[in-house]
Amino acid sequence: MENTLFGEKKAEARKLTFRSIEQYPEAPVSLGTTLSNFTGDWRTFMPVIDESKCVKCYICWKFCPEPAIYIKPDGYVAVDYDYCKGCGICANECPTNAITMEKEEK
Amino acid sequence: MEIPESVKKRLTLPAEEHFYAGHTACQGCGASLGLRYVLKAYGRKTIVVIPACCSTIIAGAWPYNTLDANLFHTAFETTGAVMSGIEAALKAMGYKVKGEDGVMVVGWAGDGGTADIGLQALSGFLERGHDAVYIMYDNEAYMNTGIQRSGSTPYGAWTTNTPGGKRHFLEKRHKKKVIDIVIAHEVPYAATASVAYPEDFIKKLRKAKEIPGPSFIQLFSPCPTGWRSPTDKSIEIARLAVQTAYFPLFEYENGKYRINMPSTRREPKPIEEFLKLQGRFKYMTREDVEILQRWVNHEWEKLKKLAEVFG
Amino acid sequence: MAEYKPIRKVVSGNYAAAYAVKHARVQVVAAYPITPQTSIIEKIAEFIANGEADIQYVPVESEHSAMAATIGASATGARAFTATAAQGLALMHEMLHWASGARLPIVMVDVNRAMAPPWSVWDDQTDSLAQRDTGWMQFYAENNQEVYDGVLMAFKVAETVNVPIMVVESAFILSHTYDVVEMIPQELVDEFLPPRKPLYTLTDFDNPISVGALATPADYYEFRYKLAKAHEDAKKIIKEVGREFGERFGRDYSDMIEKGHVDDADFVFMGLGSLMGTVKEAVDLLRSEGYRVGYAKVRWFRPFPREELLEIAEKVKGIAVLDRNFSFGQEGILFNEAKGALYGTGARPIMKNYIVGLGGRDFTVRDVRAIAENMKAIIESGKLDREVEWFHLKR
Repeated sequence: MENTLFGEKKAEARKLTFRSIEQYPEAPVSLGTTLSNFTGDWRTFMPVIDESKCVKCYICWKFCPEPAIYIKPDGYVAVDYDYCKGCGICANECPTNAITMEKEEK
Repeated sequence: MEIPESVKKRLTLPAEEHFYAGHTACQGCGASLGLRYVLKAYGRKTIVVIPACCSTIIAGAWPYNTLDANLFHTAFETTGAVMSGIEAALKAMGYKVKGEDGVMVVGWAGDGGTADIGLQALSGFLERGHDAVYIMYDNEAYMNTGIQRSGSTPYGAWTTNTPGGKRHFLEKRHKKKVIDIVIAHEVPYAATASVAYPEDFIKKLRKAKEIPGPSFIQLFSPCPTGWRSPTDKSIEIARLAVQTAYFPLFEYENGKYRINMPSTRREPKPIEEFLKLQGRFKYMTREDVEILQRWVNHEWEKLKKLAEVFG
Repeated sequence: MAEYKPIRKVVSGNYAAAYAVKHARVQVVAAYPITPQTSIIEKIAEFIANGEADIQYVPVESEHSAMAATIGASATGARAFTATAAQGLALMHEMLHWASGARLPIVMVDVNRAMAPPWSVWDDQTDSLAQRDTGWMQFYAENNQEVYDGVLMAFKVAETVNVPIMVVESAFILSHTYDVVEMIPQELVDEFLPPRKPLYTLTDFDNPISVGALATPADYYEFRYKLAKAHEDAKKIIKEVGREFGERFGRDYSDMIEKGHVDDADFVFMGLGSLMGTVKEAVDLLRSEGYRVGYAKVRWFRPFPREELLEIAEKVKGIAVLDRNFSFGQEGILFNEAKGALYGTGARPIMKNYIVGLGGRDFTVRDVRAIAENMKAIIESGKLDREVEWFHLKR
């Protein structure tokens, strides 16, 4: 799995369903991560990054509450749209206006 | 994905993530960002205690965990007590607690769970001197139950149980100064922090780990849903809270007060700057704004004096 | 196995509990003072101060926090204990559910004390029985020896089935009354009760977990069933541990109901805790006078020993249920439970409920005799005068 913040963990993440009582643990202890929950479908506006304006300050990465912004090998940032809820903090905080929020066609 | 080494050097926060995406916090949630920073500072060797609050939901419904750290969910008023028990057990079982390579016990509770229902357990935890850090993420109302006022709700705020009307005003009381109550316990370390200043917050989290005994951090944590603010303005609002001196950043360390950047550098901006981005304040009159401004001024002068005398 | 030579000490019920906590190698105690429990935690504090016990002691600021801190310690993986009474137990109520729901094998001593108002510090079982539905197991001690034995067995049973246990003793009648208690040498306790093997811990930092997260209607139900089944399964474990205790130390607890003369009794007295000591003495006296009576001392109220009760009910014509407690708007709590357990079985003994000893009102051998005479008349006539009798009421 490439181009994500959580790599293998994202690839391994599964929705867990329990069909018989024997499948349940004895105590309510967690068995997986929330990475199987793709919150990207909450989004109305999507952040679009213009690399020509990006100065690699990583302020967007710093302030992403999901987090859904990751840093690529070339040092530019990208968005994991499987998780991005489209809050727009990244676009609001970007000092060079390299991120714009665009209405998403679904 | 591994962040390139050349980039890591330029990052102002730890690169590793121990807070998983896919959680169900609202868009633009300050609390989820705060929890992400806490886990960046402390990593996996951490036991987090979360009482009833938004983070109960954010941390994942069973069978999922948003935290890449051990987490014990508990009842609303018990954060301080459960932390105490965990710390005692770790010591009984021979673990190093706090300090370098020590296990971090973290209480992560909202303002309702801290200023109101959990105040007694917090006081007990502080007074007994347990080696752990209690973080109050302050979004200034009971948000998870649907925006009811807490002791930490500011003057003039609309909430669902201070709706305002012909006979009664909105929230009539000023924000409870929980940090002052904490400092009255003469704790070794207490601080305010903001999600808008994560470098400062992480520095404080690290201090809270190094200094033995109980530590407390009050983290200003915007809530677009409850504050009726645009989701993209969370950081901007949190920054303005500091710049207006509504929520100044400071530390109390071994009896000494220190005001932190950037709140000392310039004169505070007028409180309107902070208020105008939030729908919860839109019913305030000019006079109300003045009342709040006077309170902010008074508290800010008091803090500056404390830093001057006990700095 | 080393040869068992008991160490005899004259101690109060509370000190018996404290010694058992020390011998069980409890790691964390979080507790708050309340009469008549306080001397348990005082004694534990003394053991720690003298270097006789290696326990982390958390002097919390309320009973609610006592249970919360004990829960935190137990979830982390430690063997944890607390003690309380009456108002303190009521304040803990919310967290009692938390302990059982998180499946933590905490052991707590509750010193039965009457609920206020009016204020009372004396013996009454309503405090513990009101916690019936919290998912805790409940063991009732008749005497100081059973307090000591009960705490040790409770840890073993709790840690096997991952359900918390309340060991219940009477205010003052046991808590502050001195009696000989046979204690077990430490190395033999260690053989009986090895270190805890937790179901989960919060200290596996390579494989982190969350405990107690929100479960939707799709999953909550199954966790309730798991706890219900753990209680049912516990009956077998209780019997096994009780038998093992008897084999090792000479005091057998394999029966969840201790029975006396049931096989040739017309009727039996049934009850919980210290008042059954009075009953046992009275039964000996009554039998020497020709009364065909016996007793059924309910040791475990949760899980409720339905099967053992049925065996008794099939043999006798009547059961006098002695309740030092009351469920307002209904009847004595043990009476209510016992009747409920027998409904649907073939057994139909005459059952009468005597409300006795509330708030520490003295309950004597003479009282048992009066109840015996009343029961005898009922059984001979086949007519129940009244179902629930407030026995001591000043008329």
